[in-house]
Amino acid sequence: MENIITFFSQGGTMEMVYVIILSIILGVQIIESVPAVLHTPLMSGANAIHGVVIIGAIIIMGKADPENTLALVLGFIAVVLGTLNVVGGFVVTDRMLEMFKKKPSKNKE
Amino acid sequence: MSDFTLEISYLIASICYILGLKMMAGPKTARNGNLLAAFGMTLAIFTTIFLYDDGGKLNNHIWIFSGIAVGAILGWLAAVKVQMTAMPQMVSLFNGMGGACAALIALVEFPKALEHMHGNWDSLFMATILCGLVIGSTSFSGSMIAYLKLNGNLKKDIRLPFYNIINTLLIFGIVGLTVCLSGNHIEAEDFKMWAYLLLGAASLYGVLFVLPIGGADMPVVISLLNSFTGMAAMFGGFLYDNMAMLTGGILVGSAGTILTVVMCKAMNRSLTNVIFGAFGTGGNAVSASSSEGEQKSYKETNASDLAVLLNYSQKVIIVPGYGLAVAQAQHVVHEMEELLAERDVEVKYAIHPVAGRMPGHMNVLLAESNVEYDKLVEMDDINAEFSTCDVVMVLGANDVVNPAAKEDPSSPIYGMPILNVEDAKTTIVNKRSMNVGYAGIDNDLFYRDKTNMLFGDAKKVLTEIVTELKNL
Repeated sequence: MENIITFFSQGGTMEMVYVIILSIILGVQIIESVPAVLHTPLMSGANAIHGVVIIGAIIIMGKADPENTLALVLGFIAVVLGTLNVVGGFVVTDRMLEMFKKKPSKNKE
Repeated sequence: MSDFTLEISYLIASICYILGLKMMAGPKTARNGNLLAAFGMTLAIFTTIFLYDDGGKLNNHIWIFSGIAVGAILGWLAAVKVQMTAMPQMVSLFNGMGGACAALIALVEFPKALEHMHGNWDSLFMATILCGLVIGSTSFSGSMIAYLKLNGNLKKDIRLPFYNIINTLLIFGIVGLTVCLSGNHIEAEDFKMWAYLLLGAASLYGVLFVLPIGGADMPVVISLLNSFTGMAAMFGGFLYDNMAMLTGGILVGSAGTILTVVMCKAMNRSLTNVIFGAFGTGGNAVSASSSEGEQKSYKETNASDLAVLLNYSQKVIIVPGYGLAVAQAQHVVHEMEELLAERDVEVKYAIHPVAGRMPGHMNVLLAESNVEYDKLVEMDDINAEFSTCDVVMVLGANDVVNPAAKEDPSSPIYGMPILNVEDAKTTIVNKRSMNVGYAGIDNDLFYRDKTNMLFGDAKKVLTEIVTELKNL
């Protein structure tokens, strides 16, 4: 318990808690009114966004001691996987959404 | 100064994610929303590389950039080459990569934290690392199983005896171990060993969690794993005091959870049912009892008769389903639709909210084969039209057209919204055999007077119809 109190009284922690709670509410609000048609692309888009975990991988990599091969190798793999998540995720989502856009505009012709 | 620039760029990135997600929720703005989120991500990544500073700049730029280059090329190639039908497993694969990345970060960070903490233990810091480890590795192994299942490498739904009990025990084990480890209740020498054990247990849980879940529920599972990875990213954000990771992670975590619930609702399923598989067992019981009853008779038709029938119809509604996607018959369907349109037959597609492998998946597939967007009609709009149409073609769909959902309160799918195909003058059902659909229950529609069965692979059968139509 004491641990938790010190945790919350640390500078900045309470701000984090604010950010977390507000972000949760925001996330819920955004998704609630989505038509079923867009569920798949939306899931894919959200999937790409959590690729932001790559920033952690970059920090690890950048702070790794060049002598520490294990950390370098693990960090390198983490960066590769994170980039896969980001790039693959956004490209796949774009491909899906491209198809939704093309059709109505074709009709107008 | 660079610190300030970094914080501002993280703020911009966070706004990009939020607006991007918001825009992705509407069909018109969706594509730009995706691009906006991608822009935010790129900004966050590059400012981190050049501006991150916690008492020392980041080094090893060559390693970082070569890692990004490798990942970007592989990811881009995979994403561009993948077939539209294989989209769900691709999303699952990328999700797994993110989870693995989060787990790796934790794996590198915990020995470091262990060294720093001697004599001055910080439980919450350690808990943050371990949560990232557990959630990341569960998400990774679960996504891999989901990938293998959707890709067809792993066909059976494996249910270990008492798997619900085993899984529950495993969860308690994982939570208990995480608490013990972060509370410093374990000897320092043994800490690493127990942490690796935790990694193993979490990975095992991911496997056991996804293995028994049936193919049709996979989208829900992927969406759930998606929010898991989001949470893993959030713990990473906590660890590094990094706002971009924190907001991105939580957004996906909460949005993913809600999306999972919304998907379940569209299928008239509850999340606990999906996870604990109560549906599968209930369905088995029903199918067993119905097979004991007398053999019901059904009528069969063939491609050439059907081609004639279609040729002289005025209005045809096509109900595409999972079977159509598996047979990759979406292009042939479009060809048939065009041939019929030339003969002044009105053709529409009735899209059930969960047609295909994911909600919205069928729209993507048909859009890819150039079916016009406004020919795809949503369930609620088309249900009134079935009574005015001459022929309904049910292609590889089963449970979504089962009248039992409306008529039989004892049926496990009772209450699920369905397409009222039985109102049409003639209903053609294309299936590979008389086997039951995913829900494991018999479909009374097949035995009705107005129904004709057309057996065979959707693509093969449709190609035959197209040939016949051309000859008429």
